[in-house]
Amino acid sequence: MTTLADRPAPQVPPADAQPETAPAESGPVAVAPEVEHLRRTSGRTREDLYTLVGAAAASVATTWLFYTKIFPFEGTVGFVVVWYAVFVLFYAGLTALTHPRPVVADRVVATAVVAAPTLVGIALASVVIMTFIKGMPALTHSNFFTEDMSGVRADDPFTMGGILHALVGTLIEVAIAVGISMPLGVATAVFMSEVGGPGSRLVRTVVEAMTALPSIVAGLFIYSVCLVYLGMPASGLAAALALATMALPIMARASYVVLGVVPGGLREASYALGAGRWQTVWKVVLPTARPGLATALILGIARAVGETAPVLLTSGASTYLNSNPVQDPMNSLPLFIYASVSTGSPQMEERAYAAAAVMLVVVLTLFVIARLVAGGRKVR
Amino acid sequence: MSGKVHPTPVLDGPAGDPSDGLGVEDSPRQVKARHSLQDQVFIHGSRAIGLVVLVIVSAIGLFLGLQSIPTLQHYGLGFFTEFRWLPSQDIIGISAVVVGTIQVALIALVFAIPLAILTALFITDWAPARLRPSLIRAVDLMAAVPGIVFGLWVLFIIQPHATVVAHWVSKYFGWFPLFHVRTDVDYPIWNQAPGYPSYAGSAFIAAIAVTMMIFPMATSVMREVFGEAPLGEKEAALALGATKWAMVRTVVLPFGRSGMVGGTMLALGRALGETISVVLVISQAFEIKPYVLESGTSTISSLIASSFKEASPSQLSALLTAGFVLFCMTLIVNSLAAVIVSRSRGRDVTDL
Repeated sequence: MTTLADRPAPQVPPADAQPETAPAESGPVAVAPEVEHLRRTSGRTREDLYTLVGAAAASVATTWLFYTKIFPFEGTVGFVVVWYAVFVLFYAGLTALTHPRPVVADRVVATAVVAAPTLVGIALASVVIMTFIKGMPALTHSNFFTEDMSGVRADDPFTMGGILHALVGTLIEVAIAVGISMPLGVATAVFMSEVGGPGSRLVRTVVEAMTALPSIVAGLFIYSVCLVYLGMPASGLAAALALATMALPIMARASYVVLGVVPGGLREASYALGAGRWQTVWKVVLPTARPGLATALILGIARAVGETAPVLLTSGASTYLNSNPVQDPMNSLPLFIYASVSTGSPQMEERAYAAAAVMLVVVLTLFVIARLVAGGRKVR
Repeated sequence: MSGKVHPTPVLDGPAGDPSDGLGVEDSPRQVKARHSLQDQVFIHGSRAIGLVVLVIVSAIGLFLGLQSIPTLQHYGLGFFTEFRWLPSQDIIGISAVVVGTIQVALIALVFAIPLAILTALFITDWAPARLRPSLIRAVDLMAAVPGIVFGLWVLFIIQPHATVVAHWVSKYFGWFPLFHVRTDVDYPIWNQAPGYPSYAGSAFIAAIAVTMMIFPMATSVMREVFGEAPLGEKEAALALGATKWAMVRTVVLPFGRSGMVGGTMLALGRALGETISVVLVISQAFEIKPYVLESGTSTISSLIASSFKEASPSQLSALLTAGFVLFCMTLIVNSLAAVIVSRSRGRDVTDL
């Protein structure tokens, strides 16, 4: 892969490279051969650079003139779109002066290929920056992390109230959900991949099908079974069950993929040494797959932390700290954000942003841990 | 490892007697594994867990399916053709939400797929090799960002700009049914009455949030498939003097076609079920209309999220039916995607 990427784009070699060699051959033998210069393998010549810079400058100027001064247009989005179109035109035109058509097509496509990730990158950066900036007023108060919202009115200042109840709720709900779905998921994956036999195909098909279950439907399922038919109160346990319902097929499938990556040769070596099935799975397969399993687990947790729809239906939203998952409503971070935005009060909106920033930090931390656990090993 | 465990094959059937010499026919021996107690516990235990999970997981599907029977008995086929959702008058139908779901998902695909293809190509073929791992990681990280954060972002950052764009498009391209908005388009967008409110909370704006949700998934599927394009053919194209784009067009894109289709289908499956970012953005309206820039739409998941609380048992079963329909839609789309993606990968399975 790297060899290919490091190669230069095929291009006309720099013009000054050729005349150097020709006189050296025709010259008298007595003259010491000229020092050979290393050929520059970088694909970009100075001319290319000037073309790019020139096209950029010309397009900015033209767009500014026509967009803001001559035509009655306005708006940032329109400016950027028009600028991009004009830039592509200029760039293609300037390239066409010196290069054949395939090179022009290549350059035009290159602008699009660079523009798309840039656009997404800007969007992602603006998501993160906006969340932190808007949440800053609430985040800078330490009570935001140590108090709950009981008795706090929507428009109270940020020195009152916080998200402790939502943090604790998320922690408990996700812990229960993972505690249910992880062992079951891994055991199912072991069954599908290591034991096999009758039924394993059916299990695999059904589990794969259920990964398509939308999270809101998982929530609705638990809502109607546990809350409506069984009469359970809205509680953290119900929310955890909903999250587990959603996560179980995902965990099982991710673990199955990870177990499939374990080389068959290791299993055979283990059997050849006289190990049994259980010993092979426990001492060879699972330890080999451990980084991958940990990554799958942590990414699953990250997903469960941010999932709003199932908890919206099942947990009820408390304003006070409740660490008992079987009784009384329990809040969680996504639910807190949703409820706060729905109130429409500016203070609550900023609290929602602050909670979203905390959630982003949690997800990012989990993600970094997942990377560290994976230890640079490639697990797909 | 203990020496007690012998899952070794046990010879059954006629053992060749060496003293017998000639006359004994060789017959294939039967290989049987005699598992130790430990292994028997393990095998049966894991099979039991697998079956329990099978029962749990299929119970969900069965439950949803069974719940839809009373609904269909009560409302008949009108449940699928009625577009209004008026529980108080016992008029309930899901055609509007189904159409809205598909609209939002398709618009999101229109945004996300070109971006995903270009980004995947950038990662595999244009980006410098040392940047590649961090780009891949960034896309993975984006997949982990909760949907509600994208919902907030669209609601407060994107919507003010998006409504301006929608207004402009409807003003100049309103003759095209998709872009029509039933308001006075000559009114400036900042004007309260027919301006901003006619454009905010449309399927188009909800689709932007969904785009952010499905983009990482589509990109990573496509990136994996593009990355598996045969190196030799790529180098051959370059050696023949192709530009990078010519190489990509002739080698990478044909090779990755099934990956592109599969990634698109997977993204569609995700887009159909996306809930919370859509709920935050849209203004709920039960109406079948092609005007995607106009305020007001509804999706199955937003319908469930907004009306489960006041639902009576019969309406709850109607909601469950709607959820079942949604599940069937995503199931079909995902299965197709799985078939397509697996077909693209099946050829090169390497082992130790």
